[in-house]
Amino acid sequence: MADNLPKTPQLDELEKGGWPSFVKEIKMAAKGSPMAVDLLGQLEQSYTEKIGHWKHGGIVGVMGYGGGVIGRYSDLPDKWPNISHFHTMRINQPSGWYYTSDALRKLCDIWERHGSGLTNMHGSTGDIILLGTRTEELEPTFEELAKIDFDIGGSGSDLRTPSCCCGQSRCEWACYDTMGACYDLTMHYQDELHRPAFPYKFKFKFSGCPNDCVASIARADLSFLGTWRDDIRIDQDAVREYVDRGMDINEEVISRCPGNCMEFDGKELHIENSFCKRCMHCINIMPKALRPGTDTGATILIGSKAPIIEGALLSSVLIPFYKMEPPYDDLKELIEEIWDVWAEEGKNRERVGEFIQRVGMGNFLDAIGLDPVPEMVAHPRENPYVFFEEDEDEDEDEG
Amino acid sequence: MKSVDEVADAMYEMVKDAQAVKKKLKPMDLTKAMIATYGDEVDKKLCKAAIKELINSGRCVYTYFGGSFIEIPHREGAAND
Repeated sequence: MADNLPKTPQLDELEKGGWPSFVKEIKMAAKGSPMAVDLLGQLEQSYTEKIGHWKHGGIVGVMGYGGGVIGRYSDLPDKWPNISHFHTMRINQPSGWYYTSDALRKLCDIWERHGSGLTNMHGSTGDIILLGTRTEELEPTFEELAKIDFDIGGSGSDLRTPSCCCGQSRCEWACYDTMGACYDLTMHYQDELHRPAFPYKFKFKFSGCPNDCVASIARADLSFLGTWRDDIRIDQDAVREYVDRGMDINEEVISRCPGNCMEFDGKELHIENSFCKRCMHCINIMPKALRPGTDTGATILIGSKAPIIEGALLSSVLIPFYKMEPPYDDLKELIEEIWDVWAEEGKNRERVGEFIQRVGMGNFLDAIGLDPVPEMVAHPRENPYVFFEEDEDEDEDEG
Repeated sequence: MKSVDEVADAMYEMVKDAQAVKKKLKPMDLTKAMIATYGDEVDKKLCKAAIKELINSGRCVYTYFGGSFIEIPHREGAAND
């Protein structure tokens, strides 16, 4: 079959250089996949004509589910018949993206039987992306995946597949069990994941510490960022060792502290923890000497999104500190309050962050029944967006 | 309280009428309409169960055209036979 590959001079350029090449991978798949052969042909044609040749489908899916299958059809089905249907399936990844090699082999075998054999590990939301299959293969693929304990993920106006960093399984900075929380909420909200009922997409992302390896603060409608509320742990001997080995602690650590809360007197490092912004810079630079505190949990933030309908937003603080311990009942109550208000009042294709911008954070907090606190800020120690009413000030004065 | 089947039937009629004039309805449109029509005889939980029933029975399907909607199954415009 590889001998029958269409000529692809433009795609061939993308095989050059030191980077991994999707063209190389599609050509490898084309040795056994007629879909991959036609995909190369159509893609080359698109590059030549500078025209995309995909049509979007909006109905295909598996019985009972409203998400997880993205319909695609070629607009040149006579010329490239093997990709006349080329639907994508999003499959819920395991928490932390841990697989056994056996599970990966089974996944790939299923996809070679029912689809193009091409995958994208992983999509930007975190799902396993299975690229290219026909409508009649969707149900059989779904059934086979279910037998090896994989389920379809989210798409459309639903809860998108939650994702998390590897958390406490590998990372010493993780302030809570990200994988446990991600799994718990994924299982609890199966209806919301598979049955779109929201104005638009909604994402949870769980990061174990403020380094935010899954970029939850920039991409998740509800971001769970690990943090601590006691003091940074300091090993003063290890601090001195860094300095003795040539680290310019003032230049590399202290002058870069956004809270200006550190001081080194030549022997000991002092941190005024009440001014610490939990940026992780000092801990990242001196991992042998500094560690997060021991009273750990998460800061829960709301409202970030990438630019699609409107511009990008970063999350802002909703709950300054939450212990993140199962069964997360009060957290689930809050999430459902947020969904209730947004689903009822949100406009079509309006993310929750945009909704909050439109109605105002004060009104939003009122609607979900959450009292404002001073830590609800857009940036640490800057721009408080909660404005207390005059009568509240007076009440406090009187009190 | 109305039964799940009664609400599902009413929702189905709404979807059918909307589709006849090429209008698409979201699940929340159906829920709000049911609450407006039946008042205290329905609630959001019941409406959710009715939508589930409509989808699981195959009488309606979820579709995606910029957002997610509920429609009566029909041939996809973009589909290649």
